[in-house]
Amino acid sequence: MSYMTALHCRECGREYEPGPLHVCEFCFGPLEVTYDYDGMRGKVTRKRIESGPPTMWRYIDLLPIAGDDPIEMGTGFTPLLRAENLGRELGLDELYLKNDCVNPTWSFKDRVVGVAATRARELGFTTLACASTGNLANSVSAHAAKAGMDAIVFIPSDLEQSKILGSAIYAPTLVAVNGSYDDVNRLCSELAGRYPWAFVNINVRPYYAEGSKTLGYEVAEQLGWQAPDHCVVPMASGSLYTKIWKGLTELHRLGLIDEPHTRMSGAQAEGCSPIATAWMGGTMNIRPQRPNTIAKSLAIGNPADGYYALKTMQETNGAAAAVSDDEVVEGMKLLARTEGIFAETAGGVTIAALKRLVQSGVIRRGERTVVFITGAGLKTPDAVMGRLAASLDIEATVESFEAAKREVDARVSAAPATA
Amino acid sequence: MSVSVRIPTPLRKMTNEQDVVKSTGDSLAALVEALEGEYPGLKDRLMDESGELRRFVNVYVNGEDVRFLSGLATPLKSGDEVSIVPAVAGG
Repeated sequence: MSYMTALHCRECGREYEPGPLHVCEFCFGPLEVTYDYDGMRGKVTRKRIESGPPTMWRYIDLLPIAGDDPIEMGTGFTPLLRAENLGRELGLDELYLKNDCVNPTWSFKDRVVGVAATRARELGFTTLACASTGNLANSVSAHAAKAGMDAIVFIPSDLEQSKILGSAIYAPTLVAVNGSYDDVNRLCSELAGRYPWAFVNINVRPYYAEGSKTLGYEVAEQLGWQAPDHCVVPMASGSLYTKIWKGLTELHRLGLIDEPHTRMSGAQAEGCSPIATAWMGGTMNIRPQRPNTIAKSLAIGNPADGYYALKTMQETNGAAAAVSDDEVVEGMKLLARTEGIFAETAGGVTIAALKRLVQSGVIRRGERTVVFITGAGLKTPDAVMGRLAASLDIEATVESFEAAKREVDARVSAAPATA
Repeated sequence: MSVSVRIPTPLRKMTNEQDVVKSTGDSLAALVEALEGEYPGLKDRLMDESGELRRFVNVYVNGEDVRFLSGLATPLKSGDEVSIVPAVAGG
């Protein structure tokens, strides 16, 4: 059943009806969903959750929808994998990967869109829209198809081909804007006031953002109802990062886990690092940046939740790291080579940041660490194209194969040993 | 001189539901004062006690975030388009 009672302003506390609203009329602060936590206590139990579907909707009681009819696409409850090889290589005793590449449109965005689309339908909308760096547009387009709604998605025109294709296949109205993501976002913020559409990350953003909490819930449940010691999360707007922490604190509030002492650390690419830069500069004032990085899914120069991400970082004794594009590619290759997971550039950012945080002593060997891999590698093939070993091109003969093999063997034995 | 100002939904009650208003000012700060004269209370919504733009308000001049320009000191000329946009969107 639904425990959502209202929306409230995170800054001044004013309450609003739970409609298509995202900003406080008085102070422009973000609106957040209000729940009846007292009503949940004793009813939302481990047993009830465990008997739910093997998807994010097992946490339906903790999500901001009014009814019990979600748009179910099989999103969530993705694998939490023990990463022994990568842990050994980096010097961590207990490392886990939350593999959100395996969602219906191959990124964590299906979680937020699942909630936003369901809530939008409840509120009577027939069109879903969004401003997207790619993954969100993929997910909005797919959910609209499944729900029989119209979709109009706005993306920067310089996106990876695979991400454009990953929306177009579901036949939305696809609008490629000549500008950066921040330009697209500003345009959509203005359009949201003009058209009767549910922009998932604008006018129904309070509901949308809550979908990310399910990553926190799942990790705790998959660890046997325990919070991890350290989380490493990619940051674009900072919303995912703050909501994973919110998910852990909510489970504690309901008595489902012990008080979490999880340290929350965030990962950005150097070419777009407004949150990490503020963190390292010791300020709560985020200076917007003009993104220039191959990690396009994280290329938000003007992060909506940057301020709250910094607060969470402070509160949890976490940290932020910003990594170069070369490190991003090396991170993607390292993850694939050690754990067999092909992640998109955002995953490379997160693995590279993990490595830095371990090397700089922020993450300690014994900390039970969970790294969030939020999108699949075939979305951003250009990042690694030309940076991987080439194939052996041979004729269909044993001689041709053996000649090629001799060359490879000679190359390997001539190469200097690497650590 | 005349500058057009796009008003976001949360502020339209103060502008008689107009989504674009015309005003004047040779800088963003002067424009905010002029708007306050025409729509009393608007300034309070845009600026905090220290006289800075509120954390959750973004202002654009001809599509450019004023934080990339000169903030409140950003000069304006006739025909410029100013957009006031809630900061909390996207991601």
